[in-house]
Amino acid sequence: MKRDISIETRALRRVFKGVPGAGDVVALDSVDLAIEEGEIFGLLGPNGAGKTTMIKILATLLLPTSGEAYVKGLEVSKNASKVRKIINLVSGGETPGYGILSVKENLWFFSQLYGLSRQGANERIKNLVTQLGLDNYIDTRMSKLSTGYKQRLNLARGFINNPSVVFLDEPTLGLDVLSAKQLRTMIKSWMTDGTKTVLLTTHYMAEADEMCNRVGIIDQGRILACDTPQKLKAKIASRPSWKIEVTPNIQELDTLKTVPGVIGVSEVSNIETGTSTLKLVLEDESVMSDLLSTINRNGSRVLNMGKSEPTLEDVYINLVGKGLQ
Amino acid sequence: MTLVSPTLRDEITANMRAAKARMWVRIKGGNRELTHYIAEVVLPVLTIGAYVILYKTLGLPPSLGAAVIIGGAMIAFWTNILWNMSAQWFWEKEMGNLEMYMVAPVSRMSVLLGMAMGGAINTSLRATGIILLGVFVFQVPFQVHDLLVAGLVFLLTVISLYGLGMVFASLYMLYGREAWHTNMLLQEPVFFLSGSYFPTIYVSVIPVWLQVTATLIPMTVGLDAIRRVTIQGQGLMAVWPHILALIAFIAILIPVARMALNYMENLGKREGRLTLRWQ
Repeated sequence: MKRDISIETRALRRVFKGVPGAGDVVALDSVDLAIEEGEIFGLLGPNGAGKTTMIKILATLLLPTSGEAYVKGLEVSKNASKVRKIINLVSGGETPGYGILSVKENLWFFSQLYGLSRQGANERIKNLVTQLGLDNYIDTRMSKLSTGYKQRLNLARGFINNPSVVFLDEPTLGLDVLSAKQLRTMIKSWMTDGTKTVLLTTHYMAEADEMCNRVGIIDQGRILACDTPQKLKAKIASRPSWKIEVTPNIQELDTLKTVPGVIGVSEVSNIETGTSTLKLVLEDESVMSDLLSTINRNGSRVLNMGKSEPTLEDVYINLVGKGLQ
Repeated sequence: MTLVSPTLRDEITANMRAAKARMWVRIKGGNRELTHYIAEVVLPVLTIGAYVILYKTLGLPPSLGAAVIIGGAMIAFWTNILWNMSAQWFWEKEMGNLEMYMVAPVSRMSVLLGMAMGGAINTSLRATGIILLGVFVFQVPFQVHDLLVAGLVFLLTVISLYGLGMVFASLYMLYGREAWHTNMLLQEPVFFLSGSYFPTIYVSVIPVWLQVTATLIPMTVGLDAIRRVTIQGQGLMAVWPHILALIAFIAILIPVARMALNYMENLGKREGRLTLRWQ
């Protein structure tokens, strides 16, 4: 069944004035995107890729330099007040609200910004507080909450008006594993009626893989690939992905990229153990001997290595040549 | 999907709810801390008391003491509605709340109205403290013959301050720290010109050009009218020009504020600075 388009951008471009002498910064460059009603769409990319710029334009906080952006068929720069009635925005790491008010009081306040009736607001607050595990903190002042619980409150705020479209900008940033899981469960249950849409930006590939119906990989303001996580991973299935643990840390990571047949590499270092975990996407396995020699020439020793199933991170490495870390 | 257009009544209800909620935050937030009462009531009472004692010591007419009591009471509203309401926009931005307000489907004027009303209610405590000080401690002479006119002048003054405060708020929306500095720079000269501590219009010691300049501030006009009604016992016949001037201020300032808020919001969206912090 063909669904309605909920979010759409056409040749969307946003340029920011740079610092003197440095030139302008192109945050979004001719982005075309169509997200269907009922979809959780993930936008993956490193810092500065243009994810937040995209969300800010769609959430009516920023005007595009050129191109068009639509939410539920409404052009956002011309219909900001109509769009605001059907959307909400959660920016991860932000904790909007008033420290002197309790969780319940803050949520009641936010509900009033959307004109909810007393009964409607109370029911909504009760549901959200339960879903996000805030029951025991309902009368606690926001200033007394831990960072994770403040973030849960922020998420509850984002759903207070039961919006048709929610923009989640790095929603699990700084959240512990349990809170992040609760959030994902809540979003999935909220999506069940098929009329809601979520545009999610994240650094966490596993999160996008678990939650999103489709993902768009964005880098330097351009969408490089857009499909379901399964299809994106299938596209690189012919290219082997390897995980290699080395010690000490690789000093010159770029030397690995110069090895013929290496498509991309990312590195996660562990300062405590002095080891690095390399993720490599290769053209084929014949590259391995040259690669291991290069690692040795770098003065590092291989501790562990193994082939891995392709992940969204591998898709990203394959497209950009480097990891998100 | 078709979106159902809300009626005008729905729009008004939603905006009134937003204003009421923001007012409630201000009242609740202000009154949860004991230090608020000290800062809001005790300290201003001491300042005003000092002026009254000074005037008494110098043997000046008791009406001057009454004038400073009224000025002190009105400064409270002036500070809260104009300066604090507009500056609050800066703090909301720093706290990350401005983004939340900008994404909400209510008018910024409703949110600011809520801040102003909450500020006015909190301030009435301070104003009451100052008036009680004047009446019972310093026994300054008040004579109110027409409460209705006094109330009308007060209301019009407060509304015009709200209009002016919103114009300032639009600057805070974009300029943050610079607007904050400008605010600090303007506060004392404006307190002086508006005649908060002593009359600045219809007094011979102040040059005429300065008196005329002072009347460009709504507070000057409102304060003079309130003093006439509450200290000199005058009525509508004496203050109708003031009332007309205050209505003119409102008629100009509210639409200007609306335009300024829209203009600054659009400029912020164009330049990408609307919710940018640490500016």
